[in-house]
Amino acid sequence: MKHIDAPIHVRGESLYVDDVPAPEGMLHAAIFGSPVAHAKIKSLDFSQALALEGCVKIFTHVDISGENQIGAIIEDEPALAIDDLHFIGHPIAVVVARSADIARQAARLCQVEYEVLKPIVHAREAHDKGLFIAPPRTFSIGDVENAWSDCYLIVEGECEIGGQEHLYLETNRTRAIPQDGNKIVLFSSTQSPYAVQKTAAKILGLPEHLVEVDVKRLGGGFGGKEDQATLWACLAALAAHDLKRPVELVLNRVDDMKMTGKRHPYSADFKIGIDKDYKIIAYDCEMFQNSGSAADLSTAVLERSLFHATNSYFIPNAKIYAACCRTNLHPHTAFRGFGGPQAMFVIESAISALAEKLDIDRSEIQHINLLKKGDPLPYGQCAEEDQAGKLWDAAIEGFDYAGRLEKVNAFNKNNFDIKKGLAFMPICFGISFTKTFFNQASALVHIYTDGSVSISTGGIEMGQGVSTNMMHFASRELGISLDRIRVESTNTTRIANMSPSAASATSDLNGNATILACTQIRERLFSFAASQLEGATKDNLELKDGYLFVAGTQSWSWEELVINAYLERIGLSAHGFYATPNVHFDTDEEKGRPFAYHVYGTALTEVTVDCLRGRYDIDWVGITHGLGRPINPVVDLGQIEGGLAQGIGWMTMEELAYNEDGKLTSHALSTYKAPDVFSAPKYDIQMIVDDNPVGPHGSKAVGEPPLMYGIGAFFAIRDAMRAFQKDADPENKSEFAFDAPLTPEKVLMDLHNDTMFAQRTTRDGPGETSLLFLNTKG
Amino acid sequence: MQTTFWLNNTLVSTDESPGMLLLDFVRKNALKGTKEGCKEGDCGACTLLVGDLKDGKLHYDAITSCLMPLGDAHAKHILTVEGLSLKDNLSPVQSAMVKFGGSQCGYCTPGFIMAMSSFFMSEEEPSMDTFKRAISGNLCRCTGYASILRAGEEIIALLKENDKLEQAIERIPALIDLEFLPPYLENMAAKVASIDAQPPTSNTDIFIAGGTDLYVQQGEKIPSLKVEILNRIPELKGFRIEDDNLIVGALTDFEAFGRISHVRKLIPNIDNFLQLIASLPIRNRATLGGNIVNASPIGDMTQILLALNSTLTLTLDGQNRDLAMADFFIDYKKTDLKKGEILKEIRFWLGDDKTRVNFEKVSKRKELDIATVCSGARFELDDTHTIGKAYISLGGVFATPLLLTKTNAFLAGKTICTQTIQESAEILQSEISPISDVRGSKNYKRLLARQLYFAHFTSLFPDIIHFKELLAS
Repeated sequence: MKHIDAPIHVRGESLYVDDVPAPEGMLHAAIFGSPVAHAKIKSLDFSQALALEGCVKIFTHVDISGENQIGAIIEDEPALAIDDLHFIGHPIAVVVARSADIARQAARLCQVEYEVLKPIVHAREAHDKGLFIAPPRTFSIGDVENAWSDCYLIVEGECEIGGQEHLYLETNRTRAIPQDGNKIVLFSSTQSPYAVQKTAAKILGLPEHLVEVDVKRLGGGFGGKEDQATLWACLAALAAHDLKRPVELVLNRVDDMKMTGKRHPYSADFKIGIDKDYKIIAYDCEMFQNSGSAADLSTAVLERSLFHATNSYFIPNAKIYAACCRTNLHPHTAFRGFGGPQAMFVIESAISALAEKLDIDRSEIQHINLLKKGDPLPYGQCAEEDQAGKLWDAAIEGFDYAGRLEKVNAFNKNNFDIKKGLAFMPICFGISFTKTFFNQASALVHIYTDGSVSISTGGIEMGQGVSTNMMHFASRELGISLDRIRVESTNTTRIANMSPSAASATSDLNGNATILACTQIRERLFSFAASQLEGATKDNLELKDGYLFVAGTQSWSWEELVINAYLERIGLSAHGFYATPNVHFDTDEEKGRPFAYHVYGTALTEVTVDCLRGRYDIDWVGITHGLGRPINPVVDLGQIEGGLAQGIGWMTMEELAYNEDGKLTSHALSTYKAPDVFSAPKYDIQMIVDDNPVGPHGSKAVGEPPLMYGIGAFFAIRDAMRAFQKDADPENKSEFAFDAPLTPEKVLMDLHNDTMFAQRTTRDGPGETSLLFLNTKG
Repeated sequence: MQTTFWLNNTLVSTDESPGMLLLDFVRKNALKGTKEGCKEGDCGACTLLVGDLKDGKLHYDAITSCLMPLGDAHAKHILTVEGLSLKDNLSPVQSAMVKFGGSQCGYCTPGFIMAMSSFFMSEEEPSMDTFKRAISGNLCRCTGYASILRAGEEIIALLKENDKLEQAIERIPALIDLEFLPPYLENMAAKVASIDAQPPTSNTDIFIAGGTDLYVQQGEKIPSLKVEILNRIPELKGFRIEDDNLIVGALTDFEAFGRISHVRKLIPNIDNFLQLIASLPIRNRATLGGNIVNASPIGDMTQILLALNSTLTLTLDGQNRDLAMADFFIDYKKTDLKKGEILKEIRFWLGDDKTRVNFEKVSKRKELDIATVCSGARFELDDTHTIGKAYISLGGVFATPLLLTKTNAFLAGKTICTQTIQESAEILQSEISPISDVRGSKNYKRLLARQLYFAHFTSLFPDIIHFKELLAS
């Protein structure tokens, strides 16, 4: 059991876009982007750049012969700026030169004269001004307004939730190579080859069949290359198509961080009420998504926030309002969890606020409200499994919660400077694209006469192991070993109209399509064998261990079966098509059954906070995860551990700091910090196996859900901080903000601001360049 | 000027600019296993091994090739992932990474393999602790590190159970025998030794020491400049003892500094401090002199050397002059260095049994991040509870690295007690003027300055100083 690409990864032999030897005469491109967040262009001057030895041509919007538009859902985003500049880094021109160094140097020599307009950087400000990407939406269940009177305790509060840089180690890149007959081939690091194909065709004014997109693998995606790889591919295509020369565009890290969108920052207000048994009676939540300057995937991300606003809890009366707010930041985009994590953070904050008011353990409220089979969610679908409670109980038992809690309490009693915290984080995450039409996939399976197998699907290998999974499915379907199977690059000429590799659904959709293609071939082979072999009927044949079995008796080898079938002119290729059954959603009613199923799990997180220095360690995370049937345990475990680490990073150290001019000040790895090896907690992951009738071979999607376990880190740190506050200053009843990420700065300021500055000031005092999303409301 | 070195199993002689990045050079030469991730030395995707001759043997260090000038490869052996791989089989390290799923998207993987190789090639006792330190400069965004650490456990077990390795006089041949390394490495030392040293350059635009900050700041400009690679001047390395003073060459890298036994005696916690300062590949390159001359107010090593009350020896055209380190810094990134002058040596007293040294640092990420505030402290005690002299430095709170003159003066002759510390903490606040930036707001930096000041005392005098009492007013 291994990740199929790993043996070549460890030898450094795996080829990414720019590792393939360059075609002769290839040119290199760099982007000239806006220096300001909001402005009107007055004039452009490229004379210095063009005078640079080796600079070939500079493209602007006037060079686009087709349609200057890349918006996938809403057409609100020109590929190259026309009159207005909407964010820092907003692409104005593509500079093409003999080498990448010259192209970047020339890009720095490009000049733009502009009239500055006031930038808007905060979602709440955009919301107040009515600057929306699309009309706000509201989901509701029960009758919230009348339910408040039934509550025993009601609390209100607000959250500020930071975004997150994807930090795929491989930045965005594309190599565009013109072909004869006006065709162009794009080797792109994209999660969505069809989006690239469709958009490049639109920009070049070509029919889609003249654009071929090929993707071997990605050096990480995490959603960052679902929609936002498209632009760079189109710009490389624009230059290559015009110059009739191959052109490569590789963003350097700083440009990638400045120019591409991230996980959406959210602001939110909540009001929640419980009865005396801690049952949640009513929940009212308003989420303000900082969408950035253009729609990108923001409306779809917002929809998933609406779907996940109640996380794993049954809430009979709930009203959830959410709005995509247009600001002058880079257009924010998909990131593992896709709006779900932000919404879950809000409900967990609300529950936390209740528990703190009552001075009880948060888990008491969490546990009693967990979803049971048949409980309706605000969007109409019911919980179809009894997993939430089961996995919670498994965590209580499996991780000896009582013993741990006792140890934590004893530790906190005996230590003043250092405190520990322990927090639960249950998750319930819906699987399927919420845009129902995306829930389709194709696979093309060829069997060659030597018995080796080639599979093409629409799935993109970005480390998540989709190729490995496809091989496992085909291996089981055809009864042959993994080494007889190869998964090809993802190519738009082999698979048409593919959905992006996203929504955790890649393995589900493409796996089911692969199984269907294999099934077709197997049935043809069985019909053929039944006509050739004595005693064989279509029903008593089996493919296993590289052999055909007739009524349990070993017959032809796989190779014999294949060559014999070929000689008898039996088709050895098949195209499988899969569409997820029984998913639908009505956006007028805001009700339906958008998800094929849900993934459940519970995390328990233990942390230690150094209350003198404000530093902390995430010591240990235990997870009980409802896995479905395993496909490849190494791949499955890697997804859980990796997702968790990203979630912890998002909640703790990963801080996108924007200033009031809309400038991202943490725009390089020297200022934006992602978890390193010392940040990794000890993991104890228990994969609870169960059957999933909808998933391929009983499996469940595993890509996104584990990220949200990371939210537990925030609340565990918060608990440790509260333990310190109780110890140091029992009279102090001031509450800490629900303000993520909980950086060491916020920890220390929350703990000691009052003893240092005599009164509680905002973390970032008045009159300073304040960091955005950092307690901006004071 | 020709730069000549062994690149894997090939002798390379090139007239490319010595300021060109080694990363760009190896990729240009069809070695695509080395990846560009950040060009700031923060991700480790471009990690390579540099073999340097010492006493006729090659010693290999992991470095980030995005911060190393090509010219510094002269007369060395540069190993990439291609040069470390065996012809047919996977090495045990590669196998362990495959087995435990330590590689997902694969982009960071070659860098990890290189860092892990420096781990098993080193003479240090293999442990999870040393393994983590070896891969501390490598970011992986896919795995969350758990699978990589499991691979590490297997590698350590393999190394430990192997008697051959334990008994080997020469480690590299033993590792070749065990198929950790390809056979051609055996004769590399002699091959490297036959390359002549290069004379220093004249008429330079820029001096490069370790380059670990210079390339971050000016990486796109340097390749087109005339550079002087200071590492070519052997006199700037090494150390000697004179009158209980350590005199250490400015080109001494952080890692080498931490291994000097006199330093380890003076600063018993040096390993923990170094871990806070930078990743191993950066510590292998970053130099004491570079850190000082760079004059960043948040240079970690600078704070330590300031607190050690160091004296600098500067040299220009053969003329030396000495300067108290605290007087070297004039304004933000401005120093007393004259044009063409070089920092040659750093000198400090090695202390006695009444000397106490501590270092404190807080950054957004606990390890391997640039400090928000950092601080060095050295106390010369009169007796266990009385301070004779105090030297406390503070970084990140002023335009320059700062020795807290008033606070230090106040502490001289005082008994160590809660009240003294509280009073002096007020003085400290009068000496600093932090500004808000991406690393923290000015209020936070003021608070951190107090907390880290407290931390010096709670760390060094845990029996008498308690944070709880310091907080009480």
